[in-house]
Amino acid sequence: MGRSLERLYNGIVKENPTLVLMLGMCPTLAVTTSAINGVGMGLTTTVVLVMSNLLISLLRKLIPDSVRIPAFIVIIASFVTIVQLLLQAYIPGLYSALGIYIPLIVVNCIILGRAEAYASKNPVIPSVFDGVGMGLGFTIGLTLIGMIREILGAGSIFGFRFLPESIKPLTIFILAPGAFFVLAVLTAVMNKVKDRSQNDSAGIQCSDEMCKGCINTGCKGRIIEGSDIDG
Amino acid sequence: MGKLLTIAIGSAFINNVVLSQFLGICPFLGVSKKIKTAAGMGSAVVFVITLASAVTSLIYKFLLVPFNITYLQTIVFILVIAALVQFVEMFLKKKVKSLYNALGVYLPLITTNCAVLGVALKNVQNDYGFLESVVNGFAVSVGFLVAIVIMAGIREKIKYNDIPKAFRGTPIVLVTAGLMAIAFFGFSGLK
Repeated sequence: MGRSLERLYNGIVKENPTLVLMLGMCPTLAVTTSAINGVGMGLTTTVVLVMSNLLISLLRKLIPDSVRIPAFIVIIASFVTIVQLLLQAYIPGLYSALGIYIPLIVVNCIILGRAEAYASKNPVIPSVFDGVGMGLGFTIGLTLIGMIREILGAGSIFGFRFLPESIKPLTIFILAPGAFFVLAVLTAVMNKVKDRSQNDSAGIQCSDEMCKGCINTGCKGRIIEGSDIDG
Repeated sequence: MGKLLTIAIGSAFINNVVLSQFLGICPFLGVSKKIKTAAGMGSAVVFVITLASAVTSLIYKFLLVPFNITYLQTIVFILVIAALVQFVEMFLKKKVKSLYNALGVYLPLITTNCAVLGVALKNVQNDYGFLESVVNGFAVSVGFLVAIVIMAGIREKIKYNDIPKAFRGTPIVLVTAGLMAIAFFGFSGLK
């Protein structure tokens, strides 16, 4: 049980995928035009992450090492398709709000990264909790960004307008540039916090395995930065 | 012809893949430190996306639609793209050494760059035919190339600026991207 709680803590706080590891940036910026979209995207990703972690962990002894990445991708893509069809049938509003970013969950490097770094090496229950923790961490990050953008850009929160009509909200924050600005300020705040607790920062750095999984997805900016490609 | 031109300009500038669609953000932030590497990455993306658009469009039309299995498009497309990138890498390594030397290191990184899958899915969503898909793929990736090269150019300059400590690294790059996105709004007047 202790191990499961540790996985939850790890995903939500210590290795929060959005705010600490900065993974899965495409949906983070694209769908966070409102808090509710952030929650929707986060939970959708969580479901896929938990299911794929579960199945990959179950199959970890069966999948040959040499074809594991394609096998993981097929598993993840299948779950994404299932979730997409379910959303289309039962929550059509969210389905149309998230649009093309639902199928693009396949290439979200959090999912492949967790499969490679954790689920393929650990038993089922911790893997499921790892998925739940990482998924909730992602959901919290997205909701936070969505809330900030919605408050500044539309003067409302979860759809409830609290600003009087006479005050014009800063529409730019729900447009594309606003996403970049909000994320920039949030990462700057994170940098400041990290700077202050310099001694802890060794634990916050992403583990090598996590990065390895993400290099395969071509999505992990910071690793590419540090590697010899740049030099 | 007019329709193709509209698609091309729309995809390359008005709905720029990085700055307004947020696809391919990670390479955009990660590989944009120097103009030379940014151009290399951009060219590799142009190459792969154009090819992938052509192949996925054919597969969709002649395999998924006749067998009535279009709901499998996500799975099929991602596998096709992954395999395609592998083949391109092997082919270039064997036959076109010079191109491999220029683009080789970037190819594995593109496999699941979300822009590639994104373009393939958008082509289907918009009911584009073969020619339109290829033109759209090419235009989208040229948009990516333009954005990443501009970004690299700016980053080479701001390296020497005195930036507040907390904003160094990723935050200042994101702010730059935001300003570029505002600038690209200007193109929406072209519609």
